[in-house]
Amino acid sequence: MRVGLFVTCLADLMRPSVAFAAVKLLEDAGCTVEVPAGQTCCGQPALNSGDSSDARAIARKVIAAFEGFDAVVGPSGSCMGTLRQDYPAMFADEPAWRARAEELSRRSHELLSFLVDVLKVEHVEARFEGKVTYHDSCAGLREMGVKTQPRKLLASVKGLELVEMDGTEECCGFGGTFCVKYPEISTKMVDDKIAHIVASGADTVLGGDLGCLLNIAGRIKRRDLPVRVIHTAELLAGMGLQPSIGEAGKA
Amino acid sequence: MQAPSTTFPQRVSVAIHDKRLQAALDHASGGFVRKRAALVAAQPEFEALRERARSIKDHVLANLDGYLERYEAQVVRQGGHVHWASTAEEARDIILAICRDAKAKTITKGKSMVSEEIGINDALEAAGYEVIETDLGEYIIQLAKEPPSHIIVPAVHKTREQVGDLFDEHHRPLGYTKHLTEVSEMVNEARQVLRGHYFRADVGITGGNFLIAETGSSLIVTNEGNGDLTQTLARVHIVTSGIERVVPTLDDAVTFLRLLARSATGQETETYTTLSTGPRRTDDLDGPQEYHVVLVDNGRSKMLGGPFREMLRCIRCGACLNHCPVYTSIGGHAYGWVYPGPMGSVLTPLINGIDKAYDLPNACTLNGRCQTVCPVKIPLPGLLRELRRQQFESGLTPLPIRLALQAWAALAQRAGLYHLAMRIGIPLLSRLGRRRGVLSWLPLATGWTDTRDLPAPQGQTFQQAWSARKGARP
Repeated sequence: MRVGLFVTCLADLMRPSVAFAAVKLLEDAGCTVEVPAGQTCCGQPALNSGDSSDARAIARKVIAAFEGFDAVVGPSGSCMGTLRQDYPAMFADEPAWRARAEELSRRSHELLSFLVDVLKVEHVEARFEGKVTYHDSCAGLREMGVKTQPRKLLASVKGLELVEMDGTEECCGFGGTFCVKYPEISTKMVDDKIAHIVASGADTVLGGDLGCLLNIAGRIKRRDLPVRVIHTAELLAGMGLQPSIGEAGKA
Repeated sequence: MQAPSTTFPQRVSVAIHDKRLQAALDHASGGFVRKRAALVAAQPEFEALRERARSIKDHVLANLDGYLERYEAQVVRQGGHVHWASTAEEARDIILAICRDAKAKTITKGKSMVSEEIGINDALEAAGYEVIETDLGEYIIQLAKEPPSHIIVPAVHKTREQVGDLFDEHHRPLGYTKHLTEVSEMVNEARQVLRGHYFRADVGITGGNFLIAETGSSLIVTNEGNGDLTQTLARVHIVTSGIERVVPTLDDAVTFLRLLARSATGQETETYTTLSTGPRRTDDLDGPQEYHVVLVDNGRSKMLGGPFREMLRCIRCGACLNHCPVYTSIGGHAYGWVYPGPMGSVLTPLINGIDKAYDLPNACTLNGRCQTVCPVKIPLPGLLRELRRQQFESGLTPLPIRLALQAWAALAQRAGLYHLAMRIGIPLLSRLGRRRGVLSWLPLATGWTDTRDLPAPQGQTFQQAWSARKGARP
């Protein structure tokens, strides 16, 4: 299967190892992975801030860049939710673009749900000694139905113990531009999330969206707490031992 | 609704540092969420009920004029009066006129958010009437001279200790001298104080959870029975309700009742479900001599024809508040208007104008939990995003945010330039944070770095590293 990787801007800029992990998992599952150079960002900052004309302009670029692949896959429920759920509605008044957006929407998948639900992957070859907890990122959970898939794959990782925290489906307070526009509320929310993480007894927290993970890791580092933050794809690809998010050291 | 005198960030800051408020919010919202989840899990047809409720509402909204006319005709047939108020001011004037004609002195009130929306208490008190809220939560905040902070549990922000102190202050002159610490004692004392008021009241004002078109009845649910006493003991009963609250039949109302209590407070049913149909008939043992319904539009018919129509499905259960991580972090008063939380963030700008309450639609992470618990499936995040779009197009979005968004959007549309700029910028940022793994301060990003570190980028961008890998491969 020929897969176009939607890298996501955050993985491209902040943590390329997440995208390399996605490539490895997809290749291990038998896919041919290509990375269109015409991609940048999915346009969510514009879309969620009410700038619909810029959001449409960016969406057109993404639609054009990802035509012709059997599937378009990205390591983020949030960005892939934008491609799948939002793009078609953005072109309500432009039938030609709407058709192209719908066509992309049907082929768009979040990474782990693609592996499990479409490619029927049941286990990965990875080892990780540690007690981990998994944060259900909101868009992945509610827009893309990502809930059981990461847990299923994590269960196949040798040495790993998964403990569920309370409030695992509660928002971490990232919310894109929300976190810088309303820092006090955002900080209160991420502190609530971190309290649940710490109470679970886990030494590592996993998640499927870099936005949430940068927020959680950024606050954990500021508070100097001994919890590592890793993208689920990295751990599943056997890259769980490189420096975690916000940890010093060379990847 | 009156505009607040402080800014949203100011109110947020106060709320987040108010330890008693935080304790009250944790206690209440957690309980509602758990109880609701247990009941929903035990009711396999809950999803089907939500779908049915949504379709009943959609049908009513598509035929609202017809159902309202049928309802009005039935109320009149039962001997009641229907008054149409297109604005809050008209609604206040109508109620003031009814009270004047009834030569009223004392007015009791059951819980009603529409009455808060139209600001009737202030208007009645300014005209010299004695107004007594009879719902325990509303009674508490009336004593404290505060607005409700939740649409179902108006005094959710008050702790038991604060209520004990309020009762000391207000009940001591009435002869209740014991300082109370137990909730059951407080309920009893309030009940005794209120009992006298019910019998003295000339007018009783209630809300209407549902207006039944086929019978002309109004239906209310309460946990204290205060609504029943308010509407049956006074000489005049006034129902205030939004025009969107009409449902075709009693059967339809039952569909909503099965959802309402579960969604609101996590109860299978509220303690009292009461229908009132017209004034007292000759063979009735009790009931009011006059029965009035004030149907309030106040922006609703405008919503009917546009992108916010789905908001008119709202049955005011408060589930979206209880499940909202922003509401449970800051409480209702921080929103600054009558309706808080997700539903309030949609309704407030629609009722008062989108140039008001700019922050409300924006102070949301679009996490979507509200939509998943809404008993009538209102797409709240989508409606909030539509409000943001209208704000942006009306030039209400602050300039620095507009500029930042447009700069990012301009770059994101030019992939070549974007990747070139990032190949230079990102490694630089990475080197700055290499030693500690994070950056503790960044210009223009203090919204992030005031309370959080920024994890440093790993080094090269992925696109750069990927081209290198592709080059290395045959």
